[in-house]
Amino acid sequence: MPEMRLLIIEDDREAASYLSKAFREAGHVADLAHDGLDGYALAREGDYDVLVVDRMLPKLDGLSLIRSLREQEVGTPVLILSALGQVDDRVKGLRAGGDDYLPKPYAFSELLARSEVLARRRGSAAAGAEPTAYRVGDLELDRLSHRVTRAGQEIVLQPREFRLLEYLMRHAGQVVTRTMLLEHVWDYHFDPQTNVIDVHVSRLRAKVDKGFERAMIHTVRGAGYMVRAGGEA
Amino acid sequence: MSAPAAFDPASRPPDGAWARLSSLFRTTAFKLSLVYLAVFAAFAFFVLGYVAWNARRVLDDQIVSTIEAEISGLSEQYAAGGLRRLVAVVERRSREPGASLYLVTTPAGEHVAGNVGALPPGVLAEPGQTETAYGRGADAESLTHRAIVRIFTLPGGFRLLVGRDVEERDRLRAVIARAFGWSLILVVGLGFVGSLFIARRVLKRVDDMTGITRGIMAGDLDGRLAVAGSGDELDRLARNLNAMLDRIGELMRGMREVSDNIAHDLKTPLTRLRNKADAALGSDDPAVLRAALEATIEESDNLIRVFNALLMIARLEAGSSRDDLADFDAGAVALEVAELYEAVAEERGVAVTAEAAPDLVVHGSRELIGQAMANLIDNALKYGAGGEPVVAVSAARDGDFVVLAVADRGPGIPEEDRARVLNRFVRLETARSRPGFGLGLSLVAAIARLHDGALLIEDNGPGLRAVLRLPAARSPAPEVP
Repeated sequence: MPEMRLLIIEDDREAASYLSKAFREAGHVADLAHDGLDGYALAREGDYDVLVVDRMLPKLDGLSLIRSLREQEVGTPVLILSALGQVDDRVKGLRAGGDDYLPKPYAFSELLARSEVLARRRGSAAAGAEPTAYRVGDLELDRLSHRVTRAGQEIVLQPREFRLLEYLMRHAGQVVTRTMLLEHVWDYHFDPQTNVIDVHVSRLRAKVDKGFERAMIHTVRGAGYMVRAGGEA
Repeated sequence: MSAPAAFDPASRPPDGAWARLSSLFRTTAFKLSLVYLAVFAAFAFFVLGYVAWNARRVLDDQIVSTIEAEISGLSEQYAAGGLRRLVAVVERRSREPGASLYLVTTPAGEHVAGNVGALPPGVLAEPGQTETAYGRGADAESLTHRAIVRIFTLPGGFRLLVGRDVEERDRLRAVIARAFGWSLILVVGLGFVGSLFIARRVLKRVDDMTGITRGIMAGDLDGRLAVAGSGDELDRLARNLNAMLDRIGELMRGMREVSDNIAHDLKTPLTRLRNKADAALGSDDPAVLRAALEATIEESDNLIRVFNALLMIARLEAGSSRDDLADFDAGAVALEVAELYEAVAEERGVAVTAEAAPDLVVHGSRELIGQAMANLIDNALKYGAGGEPVVAVSAARDGDFVVLAVADRGPGIPEEDRARVLNRFVRLETARSRPGFGLGLSLVAAIARLHDGALLIEDNGPGLRAVLRLPAARSPAPEVP
């Protein structure tokens, strides 16, 4: 993942500096703002890849901040952090113009993975429409014909497995967490109690990687999964 | 031990003997006793008065009839021997001792014979019966006695008086009046003392109750009111209060159990977390450190899950997320979630079957119902092991309700535990050894309540059947082109 420039708008200074440090350690650059007005000013002027916005902020609350930015046609992807981890809160956040939503408390790996995906989406949106096919190493996925081949050999996938691989390949080179998979492949936002996603991924992996020297689907411990070419099976 | 601040100090009895007495006077028992006493005294007054009045009437009748007898005797003597004979008889009888009175006078009122000396003026002028004062003895001057007398006018203007002294009657009257007075004093006195005694007895029991309840308010929940065993109203009150205290105690124990469970269930993973980090500190091997950190993150994630679930239950129970509900097909949700878990079930050798009737439209949150179904299927996989490895997910319509069911063939839940497992942090002994926090079913129950539905735990004979019963949306979902 190339370096990301983030703006973290969070009034809890301790949490904010922890986040900025953690992002720095992950190879990114993070600026901090501690209230809604500062955050709004920085977000308008600075060239950020992702804004991480707390919902409850002094001076200007998170949702109003996002709405104002969108009115000013600032399209920077926004990830909303919220202590109000409820379904309707997520919907309200996304309606206000947020791009993703993460309820507190969260794992930093989750925040990092989601921020990277948002930053990348910004890049690809700038580059144009989604491609009709993905290619990672010798693995190819054709979104129109729903065909998957590896080194020219066709791999037969169930519809759900196809969508799983599609999502992983769209974010090739990025960490995709289990909850992100549940959100985008199954369209549910709850937290699966058991390793339901892991089993689906390992089934997919059995079809995609079995018999090949190099693995495509990698497990990132403590975070999620990543599709990339190279690495041992 | 100090009385709790919530207790109104105004109702505490002030110190001092007078204050104690005045608190006695204020008791209901004392006031009631006084009312009874007044009623009883009035009754006694009436009865005694009636008796006294009757006694006097009987005595008067007796006196009058004695006088009548004397008169008939004297009139015989007069008829036989005229005035002279009458005077002789009167003189003779006057000398005899007794209460009988006689007097014969000239038309001018001068004494001729008899034992009556003095009479108020004018008495002799009016014939007939009357009650009057008189002087006893022929030469008496003062009117010191009383008598009932009858006066006749004899031919020739002479007057005859026949009477009887009423001293005896008056003495009896005085005796009765005295008895009357004393008995009233006694009744009132005894009644007053009795009231005080009763009031004190009742007050003492009430004071005992107050003392015990004050102790209970101060935190001693094991205190119980004494029951005298007489079955009176205070006993009934004490028994009811005791039953109430038992119930409160039960609820408190339940609360304590929940908080103990929270403390225990959160302490265990935290301790594990700390120990792992502690153990890793002693190592220089990057691989060991890395593994320890990853395990730490995993434990933290578990804790985050618990907090999320607790928060979510609290928020669902507060009913705060009702605004974003919409119509959706609950049958489709059941199938999707069953499919989500099918892979993990198969890995454990459990077959998940799923069937759903079409158009099971429910007004609510697809997310939450999905979460509820996930929890139920997860439970079935976790605790349904042991029997036939099958988990059946079904969605059907039952009248105005949509019924989503997850059934396993495991050991099930004994009937007496079925209501309990819906409580937060309740884990049955059989489940203690497995990972989990006892929040899954609580969350599902809260989701069901949010949708005005219910979570029912049923017997699958064998196994467990968890049923999510949701009201169907009133109008069918609009056709999606």
